Amino acid sequence: MSVIGSDNRNLRLGVRYLVLILIALIFVLPLLFMVMSSFKPSDALLRDSSSLRAFLPVGQLSLDNYTGAFERAPVGLFVFNSIFVTGTTVLLSLLICSLAGFSFVFLHWRGRDLMLSIILATFIVPFETIAIPLLLEVSKLPWLGLDGLSWGWLDSYRVQIIPWIADGLTIFLFVQYFKGLPGELIEAARVEGASWFQIYRRVVIPLSGPVIATAAILKFLVMYNQYLWPLIVVQQEQYRPVMVGLQYFFQLNPAWGEIMAYLTLITVPVLAFYLVLQKAFIASIASTGVKG
Amino acid sequence: MAGIKLQNLRKNYGAHEVIRGVDIDIADGEFCVFVGPSGCGKSTLLRMIAGLEDISGGTLEIGGKRVNDVQPRERGVAMVFQSYAIFPHMSVRENMAFGLTISGASKSEKAEKVQRAAEILQMEHLLDRRPSQLSGGQRQRVAIGRAITRNPTVFLFDEPLSNLDAALRMDMRMEIGKLHKQLGATMIYVTHDQVEAMTLADKIVVLRDGLVMQAGSPMELYHNPANRFVAGFLGAPSMNFLEVEIVEADGETAKVAHSSMEPIIVPVRGRSFAPGDTGLLGLRPQYVTACAPDQGILHGQVSLVERLGSETVVDLTMQNGKSLIAAFSEDKQFERGERIDLAFEPARTHLFHPDE
Repeated sequence: MSVIGSDNRNLRLGVRYLVLILIALIFVLPLLFMVMSSFKPSDALLRDSSSLRAFLPVGQLSLDNYTGAFERAPVGLFVFNSIFVTGTTVLLSLLICSLAGFSFVFLHWRGRDLMLSIILATFIVPFETIAIPLLLEVSKLPWLGLDGLSWGWLDSYRVQIIPWIADGLTIFLFVQYFKGLPGELIEAARVEGASWFQIYRRVVIPLSGPVIATAAILKFLVMYNQYLWPLIVVQQEQYRPVMVGLQYFFQLNPAWGEIMAYLTLITVPVLAFYLVLQKAFIASIASTGVKG
Repeated sequence: MAGIKLQNLRKNYGAHEVIRGVDIDIADGEFCVFVGPSGCGKSTLLRMIAGLEDISGGTLEIGGKRVNDVQPRERGVAMVFQSYAIFPHMSVRENMAFGLTISGASKSEKAEKVQRAAEILQMEHLLDRRPSQLSGGQRQRVAIGRAITRNPTVFLFDEPLSNLDAALRMDMRMEIGKLHKQLGATMIYVTHDQVEAMTLADKIVVLRDGLVMQAGSPMELYHNPANRFVAGFLGAPSMNFLEVEIVEADGETAKVAHSSMEPIIVPVRGRSFAPGDTGLLGLRPQYVTACAPDQGILHGQVSLVERLGSETVVDLTMQNGKSLIAAFSEDKQFERGERIDLAFEPARTHLFHPDE
């Protein structure tokens, strides 16, 4: 009996691993194809794409596609723009949305529940439906900069950052997490003499590592992958982010090798960011059930 | 230090009134225990004093100053919670200094006050540990230490020992008692454990359904309970209540009859009864003694025996089928089904009206 039982267990384990490997391959193979192709000339890349060679470092490999990509487009500028816009938005979003979440959970004010419902309702509105009204709005907004007062935010970093700072999903993540914090910790801090802002800064935020990591990664992905919004609000190359920069490679004849090299380059910051926050992200999913 | 005065204090949640006009005077330096069954409002009352719950009506004074609308941090109170509520991301030292850090105290002042509190609680060796590295009792000490460092005028304890095991609870109870003597501060302590209430309190306030049933010293409440609820709530095992008929009554005493005993004369303690009335005769299990066969006032059959070493608690079934608990102050052996004759001093009983 025990031998049969043990065999059954091994078989089940084997099937489970096989399924997991197949699922992993679905996600890994396109990335492998991208990286391998970035070292191959365009014709070899297209030839290999119909066989397993597409995923292997075989044939004539070189860094030509990378040098070509840098010649064709200001890759460094685009990556800088994306990282600057994404990084600033993530930081401001964490600050503003966590403050909003704190207010919704711990402060008592008239209309609080209604306001939260309205914010959560924004989940179901796709960005495409508000893109044009938002464009009209930001094109007329004033801005007080070093050169004095100006009108219209188009062609700037701020037009890519400010409209994306606060969003329903991030506020919702913070609200859910804060609701799970023990209420007596907050009350103890109140009795000990802390103001609401001190409670936020000294008690709530230090205990919110997992949700901060989750919100940061989700926001980072949304911002780094921005395409439609920067496409319509940024005309000057100076402010263009990486995704819009992809257009440079699709003029007349698409240079597939250079496209793969460009895509590999712009994937690196995302991977680096995820790897840094991976532990906290997984902890958050495990502890709160919040999934990205 | 400061006294506390509650005048007609009320608390509503919508139409539901949970504190229904409470009047309590707590003197400066007094140890006052709020006790009562679950849902009686004792924790709510404590949270109202702390400023964590709004006051719907009445007046709350701390140190002679009305504080109804004063923020918790400005009331000069410190609170120890049931769940300890110590900050998990801070060391013991940082936890204990939290209130001082918030108030902008200097480093040297913080170090000095934390050290003093740690000495009082004998936890100097734990100061650099994280809460996750502490046992339940040690965490509770940290919570008390955090309260001490701020040198508050009033300490509030919300069932601080209920998460501890029985042995540790007794140790901590004694330590809290000593702490009160040492600091001389006004303390309010909420518990549903009557042993904690009886042993710690200068004054016990018994609450039920948001009302004060009786307030006074532990022995005053034990020996002269104002009503049947207080009589039944204080004392372990609980007081027995025998339904009796009043045969004769005057202003001082009443002659009562019960199907399981001969008529006896008992004190009425200010209550008025008339012949024919029904009364409830309260009899503490500790005042019942076993006596020679056919010599007792009551008779019963043993249905359960609990031998505790220093005490023997016996559940008896009387002739009318009702149960009676007797607690003998020594280790005694009884057999289940054995018939016992019991005696008691009628002067030690309490006669209540059934609707009290």
